[in-house]
Amino acid sequence: MSATPKREPAFQVEIEEAGGPLIEVRLTGTLTFLDASSLWSQVRARISPKMKEEVRFDLSNVTSIDGGTMALLVQTKWDLQEEGGRCEFTGATGHVQKILELYEGDAKLNKRPKQKPVSIIAQIGQGTYDALIELQLVFAFLGRMLLALIGVIRRPKTGNWREIAPLMNRTGADAVPIVLLINFLIGFVMAFQSAVQLKQFGANIFVADLVGLSISRELGPLMTAIIVCGRSGAAFAAELGTMKVSEEVDALRTMGFGPWRYLVFPRMFALFLVMPVLTLLADLVGILGGLLVGLLSLDLTVVAYLNETRNALHMWDIFQGLIKCGVFGLAIGLVACQQGLATSGGAEGVGRRTTAAVVTSLFALILLDAGFTMLFYVLHL
Amino acid sequence: MSDAIITVEDLTMGWGEVNLLEKASFEVERGEVFAILGGSGCGKSTLLRYLTGLDEPKGGSIYIEGVGKPTLEVGRPAYGVMFQSGALFGSMTVGENVAVALNEWTDLPHDAVDAIVRAKLRLVGLQGFEHHTPAEISGGMKKRAAIARAMALEPSLLFLDEPSAGLDPVSAVELDELILTMSDGLGLTVVIVTHELQSIFKIAKRCIMLDKKTKSIIARGDPRELRDKSDDPRVHNFFNRTTEST
Repeated sequence: MSATPKREPAFQVEIEEAGGPLIEVRLTGTLTFLDASSLWSQVRARISPKMKEEVRFDLSNVTSIDGGTMALLVQTKWDLQEEGGRCEFTGATGHVQKILELYEGDAKLNKRPKQKPVSIIAQIGQGTYDALIELQLVFAFLGRMLLALIGVIRRPKTGNWREIAPLMNRTGADAVPIVLLINFLIGFVMAFQSAVQLKQFGANIFVADLVGLSISRELGPLMTAIIVCGRSGAAFAAELGTMKVSEEVDALRTMGFGPWRYLVFPRMFALFLVMPVLTLLADLVGILGGLLVGLLSLDLTVVAYLNETRNALHMWDIFQGLIKCGVFGLAIGLVACQQGLATSGGAEGVGRRTTAAVVTSLFALILLDAGFTMLFYVLHL
Repeated sequence: MSDAIITVEDLTMGWGEVNLLEKASFEVERGEVFAILGGSGCGKSTLLRYLTGLDEPKGGSIYIEGVGKPTLEVGRPAYGVMFQSGALFGSMTVGENVAVALNEWTDLPHDAVDAIVRAKLRLVGLQGFEHHTPAEISGGMKKRAAIARAMALEPSLLFLDEPSAGLDPVSAVELDELILTMSDGLGLTVVIVTHELQSIFKIAKRCIMLDKKTKSIIARGDPRELRDKSDDPRVHNFFNRTTEST
């Protein structure tokens, strides 16, 4: 790749320091934006904003100047004035004078108010205030949703049920390949890790127990929820966020139906329905992942492995995973829709809310999972 | 006695410490095309959001058909709204956009809804476009489709937010003619936010002009008379596209 040939600047800068209180900067030639960098470095090398002398830019020999270079000269003047120095432009005529006026080179400095640095206390205060506002938004969302839910329960015809089937297709059927792959690998890896330890005690067969129980009780629902959160939660937040900023949600409201029953409930309901199905598939392929390890490295037979899994698992183990994932589905839908409908500020706002939806959902999933584990433990289930 | 379809009394609008309009009152008469005018940032679109009930005013009252405070999401809407961007639902076809409110608020069978959708699209010059998605039609067509959607439930009142913004001159004139046709032919009341002067003089019977500095309505009446007779330099500058000192 050849480098751009270095061009000679089409201007000259002469700086005359008479030794007195005046410095004259004489500019000659054509000042174009292509030479802006050279002009800036030459002028700034000699003219410091802190200097006390009066600076006079003589433009009488400038044949042509463009906006970019004029902006740099004007900025130099304002920097000097801001520090209490004096600076002026002289000799500008015709086109140069017009550009000078356009860039307010002849105007008095409008001092910009200096922004005070925000103290740590103020930042903490602002952060707390923002968090409280966010909390208020969440409660307002939940309150309105509850009212809308009561409305839909009282008049089921007002629900947007038609949307549920396509949403289930998007959130469920389309997610099957990734759910199968991830959970198969989870079962596979877990069996491998545990096999190394269990082999030492001749307890190879218990790999089936370990994989079956942990997949059906914990990892199946949780990993499925994390995948759904990343896929559908993010998609819902981005979709609703975009609808919000493009006034589509407002349009819905002016047509007499709120976003809750038209947009939120179908999404939450779709996730609530598909999550158990995905989790059952996840359980199945997780166990198959463990089976593969049992066959390849533990010298177990298919029948022995599956018999051991059947003996270890009870219906409740699978059922508690299904309860969890149903609640996870509702939580993902709720958080994603709340974040989506709280979007403001265009594309950047959509991105911010989508990120927040995924992070908040993941946090909520872990909290709910811990809560369920504690609950089932306390209830001896 | 005036036959007001919208009555606004002592309206104050803004957010936080900032007010855009203070204690403003005006009426919109039934069957007229009424324009809300003013410079950029003076709160025209915000006022429209208050009139349609999308936002709550800081103070004052708004009555539509004599009923206070427009309420949303509690029943069949009394008016149609066209948003500046059109705000068509991107996941639906143009026809489905128009059919949304019909499916929601009427018991019409599917084929009857289709017939109404086709008629509404014919009215706005979009016959044959019912199966296109919003992404497949031009900006002017989107606005027409949005008007068809707003008209779906036969409202007696239509709010239009900058309908001709961003349109080429021919499309803008066609849209003006459509608004006039709907107003004259259907007896529709149209409240329009715009700064397109040609459009204002052509279609608006009355107008109000908002002013950001004084946070008030600085002119009201027939826009043609205001253009020709107003002594207020702000009004004169607006209508005559001048920048004489105010």
